[in-house]
Amino acid sequence: MEKENRTIPRIMVIGEVRRNTVLPVTFELAGKASELAAKIGGAVDVLLFYDRLDEPVEPIFQAGADRLLFVEDSRLGLFNQEIAVKIGLEALRLYPAQIVLAGATTSGRTVLPAMAALLHTGLTADCTGLDIEPETGLLLQTRPAIGGNVMATIKTPSHRPQMATVRPKTFPKPAPVLRSGLTERLELPEDCFSSRIVPLSYEKVSEDYTNIQDLDVVVTGGKGLKKPENFALLEKAAHLIGGGVGATRPTVEAKWVSYPHQIGLSGKVVSPKFYLAAGVSGAVQHLAGMQTAEFIVAINKDPEAGIFKIADIGLCGDLFEILPELIAALEKEREGGE
Amino acid sequence: MRIAVLLKQVPDTDEVKLDEEKGTMIREGIGTVINPLDLQAIEAGRQFIEQEGGTLSVFSMGPPQTEESLREAIAMGAHTATLITDRKFGGADTWATARVLSEVLKRNGPYDLILAGEKATDGETGQVGPEVAAMLGIPFSTYVSEIDKKNDGVIVKRTVEDGYETQFLPFPCLLTVLNNLNQPEMPTLSGKIRGHAAKLETVTASDLPIPEGELGLTGSPTRVSKVFYPKIQRKCEMYALSDIRKGIQRIVRELKNRAIL
Ligand SMILES: Cc1cc2nc3c(=O)[nH]c(=O)nc-3n(C[C@H](O)[C@H](O)[C@H](O)COP(=O)(O)OP(=O)(O)OC[C@H]3O[C@@H](n4cnc5c(N)ncnc54)[C@H](O)[C@@H]3O)c2cc1C
Repeated sequence: MEKENRTIPRIMVIGEVRRNTVLPVTFELAGKASELAAKIGGAVDVLLFYDRLDEPVEPIFQAGADRLLFVEDSRLGLFNQEIAVKIGLEALRLYPAQIVLAGATTSGRTVLPAMAALLHTGLTADCTGLDIEPETGLLLQTRPAIGGNVMATIKTPSHRPQMATVRPKTFPKPAPVLRSGLTERLELPEDCFSSRIVPLSYEKVSEDYTNIQDLDVVVTGGKGLKKPENFALLEKAAHLIGGGVGATRPTVEAKWVSYPHQIGLSGKVVSPKFYLAAGVSGAVQHLAGMQTAEFIVAINKDPEAGIFKIADIGLCGDLFEILPELIAALEKEREGGE
Repeated sequence: MRIAVLLKQVPDTDEVKLDEEKGTMIREGIGTVINPLDLQAIEAGRQFIEQEGGTLSVFSMGPPQTEESLREAIAMGAHTATLITDRKFGGADTWATARVLSEVLKRNGPYDLILAGEKATDGETGQVGPEVAAMLGIPFSTYVSEIDKKNDGVIVKRTVEDGYETQFLPFPCLLTVLNNLNQPEMPTLSGKIRGHAAKLETVTASDLPIPEGELGLTGSPTRVSKVFYPKIQRKCEMYALSDIRKGIQRIVRELKNRAIL
């Protein structure tokens, strides 16, 4: 049975709780969804399912949600895509939505396609822009296409809901607005928790691993570093300014650096306060992952390198001379300042 | 065991040339290859069959020249190959693609294990695999970087943002795989000869029980409404040669202003 009539259009954000905390992309999407809702006279539901949540839910409302739908069950500890799909579908059956959004995380990109298949509707992956078409009220979903060389705006004209995944850090975390909302606990049928898949374990990459998406400073190396050992130079520079190390796809493919460090179209999107790229040519696919950084510095020996087009400061020369000099300057500052 | 691999033929280049007017890709003069992650899927399937016995079947939907990639898959060790081609499939989005693939798998199946690359290098949606599994009603996993057979199913390791998840999935199931799964081997000469000589199966729209309205562009829930070039440009202060030192001082100042240093 549907729990409500469809008088006002609703946007459902399928949020994500991992290791007992709400992922930042949930807030980013709640914020964007509330902007979209304002344009269609609608309201925003955020769906969360988890076994335990170690933080208050108010920030979800402050980010833009009108209502929080939650499922709390001890069986939701480890990710199970089959159960996640069932919960998503059941939530939509109870609370129909015109638009469904989720983070383009490994979970979102797994659960949403299966939901879309069963709902017989369209889904646009990895959107970098969302808007409402004024004449039709349709969701405009913009994503990089043809290997990131162009942007395509996609619509789902007649199937419902209109579904999209959005890459984390695409939209800013909304400034909190003092407001509250409704909280509803979903009581789901037992079948929602039954699955043929048996999740066995979760293992963190390493204890000191931090996601580069969460850092204020990212220092990235490309093929211009020539050898994997030379990433040590970057690590040193990154360490001095509290940053993490990023990498281009060819360096990851050559196994100089592991995939979680890859920035770009097929890696992560970062939006740090300070981004440094050394020996990076600046292919569109790389820019897709870092162009929203607040301040960008590029080091490249080729004055025509594309990376300079989006840099605020460009140092044109040999990175093997420039990086050590930069490191020395940073070290001097650190010593002097403390 | 019966294993199916879904593969896609993609342009063999990072530097796609575009028709600036239409915003479409210029395909002339660009070679094609099997999507790299699909190679991983083929190799994983081949290893399974080597250990367990059975047949490895590859499927690809695309224009007639996709045949080339299917022959290459046979050269790599697949036993049968099916080309799914019809003008009516043209312009299919991920839903309409999955609709066709799932019907072909039903028609030729059942399969114990279906493998595919996590995503293709051209579209990069990663949606077709999970959509096919959902349409077939079988369990699936994604971002798989290790597969081990266990009883009547597989134990898989999924590589996620901050670590690894291990899951058991019973057969029949579908997995989409990443590139650290294994090291696909180049086809041998005898493999190439086998690929060249192989008889491929062709499936067209009339072989499938799908209403016309669910095929190709007509059957796609999504529509591309606009294509444009991303505009990204900043004003870059350039420092070179003897100015580099000034540039470094400028960076240090910027870091201080931003309270990073
Ligand atoms: C579908 C698709 C997805 C992709 N996804 C990604 C992605 O997520 N991330 C990504 O990064 N790429 C991605 N790519 C690849 C992308 O197109 C480029 O090939 C890649 O970004 C180039 O990496 P690079 O800058 O390290 O190497 P190169 O392009 O080889 O650039 C090396 C640079 O180093 C400079 N250099 C060399 N030596 C020195 C020196 N001594 N001092 C200073 N500078 C030096 C050179 O001038 C050059 O500019 C993708 C491509 C496709 C088609």
